[in-house]
Amino acid sequence: MSFHSGRRAIVLRPFVRIPVRPLVVCGLLVLVALATAVLALSTGELTIPPGDVLRALTGDGSGAYRLVVVEWRLPRVLLALLAGAALGLAGAIFQALTRNPLGSPDVIGFNIGAYTGVLLAMITVGAGYYATATGALIGGLATGVVVYALAYRRGVHGFRLIIVGIAISAVLASVNQWLILKAKLQVAVSAAIWDDGTLNGLGWASVTPVAVVLGALVVVLLGLGRRLAVLGMGDEAAAALGVRVERTRLAYLVVGVALTAAVTAAAGPISFVALSAPQLAQRLTRTRGVALAPAAVMGAVLLIVSDWLAQHLFAPTQLPVGIVTVAVGGVYFAWLLVVARQRA
Amino acid sequence: MLLTRTEGHARRETRQESRARQASGLAMALGLLAVVCVLSVAIGTRTIPVGTVWDALVHYAGTEDQSIVRELRVPRTLLGILTGVAFALSGAVIQAVTRNPLADTQILGVNAGAALFMVFAVGFLGRTEVGEYVWFGFGGVAVALVLVYLLGSAGRGGATPLRLTLAGVALGAVLDGISAGIRLVKPRAFDYLRFWDAGSIAGRPLDVALTILPFVVAGTVLAVLVARSLNAVSLGDDLARSLGANIMRTRLLALIAVMLLAGAATAAAGPIGFLGLMIPHLVRGFAGHDQRWIFAYTIVCGPILMLLADIVGRVVIRPGELPVGLVTAFVGAPVLIWWIRRAKVNG
Repeated sequence: MSFHSGRRAIVLRPFVRIPVRPLVVCGLLVLVALATAVLALSTGELTIPPGDVLRALTGDGSGAYRLVVVEWRLPRVLLALLAGAALGLAGAIFQALTRNPLGSPDVIGFNIGAYTGVLLAMITVGAGYYATATGALIGGLATGVVVYALAYRRGVHGFRLIIVGIAISAVLASVNQWLILKAKLQVAVSAAIWDDGTLNGLGWASVTPVAVVLGALVVVLLGLGRRLAVLGMGDEAAAALGVRVERTRLAYLVVGVALTAAVTAAAGPISFVALSAPQLAQRLTRTRGVALAPAAVMGAVLLIVSDWLAQHLFAPTQLPVGIVTVAVGGVYFAWLLVVARQRA
Repeated sequence: MLLTRTEGHARRETRQESRARQASGLAMALGLLAVVCVLSVAIGTRTIPVGTVWDALVHYAGTEDQSIVRELRVPRTLLGILTGVAFALSGAVIQAVTRNPLADTQILGVNAGAALFMVFAVGFLGRTEVGEYVWFGFGGVAVALVLVYLLGSAGRGGATPLRLTLAGVALGAVLDGISAGIRLVKPRAFDYLRFWDAGSIAGRPLDVALTILPFVVAGTVLAVLVARSLNAVSLGDDLARSLGANIMRTRLLALIAVMLLAGAATAAAGPIGFLGLMIPHLVRGFAGHDQRWIFAYTIVCGPILMLLADIVGRVVIRPGELPVGLVTAFVGAPVLIWWIRRAKVNG
């Protein structure tokens, strides 16, 4: 341990300092996520004591418990953790790239554009995971580019970005409704279920692709190292430090969009996690810039808690988790607004 | 709007002239409204000749076409006129009161507030008559307006367009999320309000239009009465006070007007956005900056746009229909983008 610039940090090698507070916060958040995961695995129509849950996970325990815990509940819990982490990462990347706390896939109309893409894919190709994922990816990306381009006028101002996002979302909502009315009933119904943003009824078949995509993208992010923080210092500073600005920005943009698309394809649009997770993590860890790892853990916590609430708040009726995240995230958004104003 | 001295002088000289232009423009708009009304009755899944429309109204013989006109198209057109006035005028009033050019009942989350209260009324209290749940619409509008204003003006510096808009977006998202949750928990509310969600004036009986008529009229009268004081408010609080305007009373009356207009219209047609944003901007070119003229133009042009959007919704996906709220969003959003691209924003 050594003391450096007034903050406590662990110095492993010279120049590599791991500050203590983010580490502790991340550890606590992981514990919260795991505790909620065990809670989610043990509660439901059949309540299973946590001890039996752990035994079922490690392979012992009765067959019935194993079936409920491993086959029915575990995929959903894993998906909530993975999707939450992916959304947290995506939000952190977008916020760092736009240097704006409001730069999130929700605000720039990604979700609604992804829905347009999914509808088109369902109408033309059919409703498989990869067709849906491709549709969501292309639709979301195209919308993001259009919103960004329309908001661009000697730089992108946060307010303009949001207003253009609202406008484009309104236009696309009309297009989506028009597509639904034109489509066959079966397509319309499965599209409507997708649009709710729900983890209901998703099994192992949905977990695998999300896990693979998330794993691959995390490897890419690790390969990019600390360049995101360097980009956050401004283009000139980053270039002076030897980062190829445009190419790096593009790489991060692709990773961020792919993360969002992987989640959106599996579970539908889940709003406000990408917006709020990086900000909450930043406040808890008190780091200066947007940090990726805490944002990912925070996203996982937010989504698994929201999903548990969605399942149990009005049991036996199951809400789509997207509704809970909208309500929670919207309240947070309002709070952010008030706090940011008071400081300004 | 503050005028420099030379502009003010020039304006005084041409006041007579400009008033004549404003009046003739308004007369033309009224003519256009009449034409659009006829089109709204004639055009649809089944196009009905104008002669038959006339017969249906004057000597009704009970043929199928004539009964379509009487039972479906006329109530729909009437409702379109009322909700067109209500949504457009409520937007104009909010824009004048908050001095915020982006104000619109949809953007500020006011429609979402009305919707939430009505979902509550239908889902938990079992009120399914428009005359019953319109009161909840009023309550929702009032609560949402107050919340948006408190949220937007928290902290130093008061309520700027930026803050109000962000607060409205956040509040709208939360309220919509809660209504969606209630609707899933209470399937009856879901079923009843499904058709009402996107904002539509189709398939409502004449009773609906007649129920909201008194509220829309009251709201319109109130708005016209405070128009003069709103001119003073638009100069800024201090100047308005020195001109002898009672700012609190003006704001309160304007709030009640918006409550009556937006609450009634949302109860009858569902949340229809962007009309309140677009119309005041579009008419300002003809009406100038006097709120009385802006309101007069808005009252005539709101229904024109509403009925045109409804007609477009009827013909684009025949034999189906696109709800009018989606059409207004489709044409209104570009106006929003145009405004934000040319505006100088800071804050």
